[in-house]
Amino acid sequence: MPDANPKLNLAGLQAKAKDVRRDIINCTTAAGSGHPTSSLSAVEVGVALYFGGFLRYDPKNPHWPQRDRFILSKGHAAPLLYSLLAEAGYFPKDWLPTLRKLGSPLEGHPNMRRLAGVEASTGSLGQGLSLGVGHALATRLDGYDSRVFVLMGDGEQDEGQVWEAAMAAKKFKLDNLVAIVDQNGYQQTGATAEVLDLRPLAPRYEAFGWFAQDVEGNDMQAVVSAFQKAAQTKGKPSALIAHTKKGYPISDVIHDPNHHGVALTPDEAKAALAYIDAH
Amino acid sequence: MKMGKATRDAFGTALARLGAERSDIVVVDGDVHNSTRTEAFGQKFPDRFFNVGIAESNLVGVAAGMASSGKQAWLASFACFVVCNAYDQLRMSVAFPGLDVKAVGTHAGISIGEDGPSQMGIEDVSLACSLPGFTVVVPADEPSMEKAVQAIAAIKTPAYLRAGRPKVPIIYENGCNFTLGKANPIRDGKDLTIIANGLMVSAAVQAAEALAGQGVQARVLDMHTVKPLDDAAVLAAARATGRILVAEEHLLHGGLGSAVAMSVARQQPVPMRFVGLNDTFAESGPPEAVLEKYGLTAKDIVREAQDLVGTHSR
Repeated sequence: MPDANPKLNLAGLQAKAKDVRRDIINCTTAAGSGHPTSSLSAVEVGVALYFGGFLRYDPKNPHWPQRDRFILSKGHAAPLLYSLLAEAGYFPKDWLPTLRKLGSPLEGHPNMRRLAGVEASTGSLGQGLSLGVGHALATRLDGYDSRVFVLMGDGEQDEGQVWEAAMAAKKFKLDNLVAIVDQNGYQQTGATAEVLDLRPLAPRYEAFGWFAQDVEGNDMQAVVSAFQKAAQTKGKPSALIAHTKKGYPISDVIHDPNHHGVALTPDEAKAALAYIDAH
Repeated sequence: MKMGKATRDAFGTALARLGAERSDIVVVDGDVHNSTRTEAFGQKFPDRFFNVGIAESNLVGVAAGMASSGKQAWLASFACFVVCNAYDQLRMSVAFPGLDVKAVGTHAGISIGEDGPSQMGIEDVSLACSLPGFTVVVPADEPSMEKAVQAIAAIKTPAYLRAGRPKVPIIYENGCNFTLGKANPIRDGKDLTIIANGLMVSAAVQAAEALAGQGVQARVLDMHTVKPLDDAAVLAAARATGRILVAEEHLLHGGLGSAVAMSVARQQPVPMRFVGLNDTFAESGPPEAVLEKYGLTAKDIVREAQDLVGTHSR
């Protein structure tokens, strides 16, 4: 067994979320490309998992069989994952500025062969939930109580494979599986409401046999409560529909609610960091 | 040649045997276990057998997830469905992370006959070979399929294994030496080499017998592993016989013929001929009739061999 993972109180989690947001902005702006806004919307979810006592892991033993798994299915939010892993101690924080540079294991999208702590190589949307089903089946077969968390985007719900996996998770009664949908409302070319409107998502998951919760996804306390509730779900998989804002909380700084796949300029980054410090 | 089991039957038997030897092996099924013959494993080891329904993308993804958690995950469906329908999942969830997933495509080629082109995997070898790090194996008969299953179970990297629907003649009546990436010599000859795999090995043997009656001595190689290819066997064949003919139950583009041609071109260019499916889908009909209409018989190999020997006599 590893040392107990950090379990921060609410103020500690909120402070950690600010650190992670700074990391995301700094490393994407240093790289000159990437998906800062897609990463920022899911910060509360990621921080609650890694530092709120919900994810069991050991940075010194990343392949510990009894660990819990976090799969970033929306792989373009790699800067969020890298910041979480660095803050958790998987690698030194001074690796973060190497994001997207040749030779760095911090590739544009996560590559599990190059970076310990990355549970899945993602970037082709729709595939993470199937991987999560596989992990959940395997760890249950081994008799472990490990849990599997899969973070997806709301645009990603367009992919048919997500629903294939959702059906299988229900069939196998995977109550060790939790899916989180970062419903930030935007996908590459515009609002999800316009591209392919799948809302409301919670009833869809319920119709597929899941327990589903709507949660204010940028409210740390609400996210923590939702994970607590998900942990008590028995006999079926659990979905959290995290209602978030893309680019939270700096959408005013970037004057664009989507700002998809574009790094902030150094000036925008400076303003965004100042805003985060001030709030 | 004595008739043996279909390679899919041999696969099912071998997989069930493997399950008894290794508790880390799991099998994922796309609701075709009675066709792919994974049912034998499923009956013996129901707790390690997962039918995810008719959902090939998820089939591959679930297998990949289990492999990430330390299992050796086998998955099987029809060759065309597992490789074509779930290609991005094989690429992204299996090949890129290099996981211990064994994808098995049954009902490969046009010899499934009556069910027709929608069910015929004719491009699966080409696609599988395009997945970095994948080993690609096309066994010819029952004994070599059993050995192939053991051999790919022994490696920890991704593999694609091709199996057919119809019964096929036994090539290896007295047992089979099988090493991944090493061609099996079936017959020796000095005038040309016929390189074949799968169903076409028995056709190659028949063709070599017919050619011998005409004074042409053909070497026959069973190139069961398309990737990594046995370059040494190709070079030796090119040097010793000066002519190479490749026969496969697959599209000419990107299959065994392409792989051998690249090897020949790199090492020792010699005249070549190719027997395979020429840029077309096949059609429904009795397997023998379909194979004949689309040019995948011993007769077709003989004709191409005669052309090769006649036009390039030494």
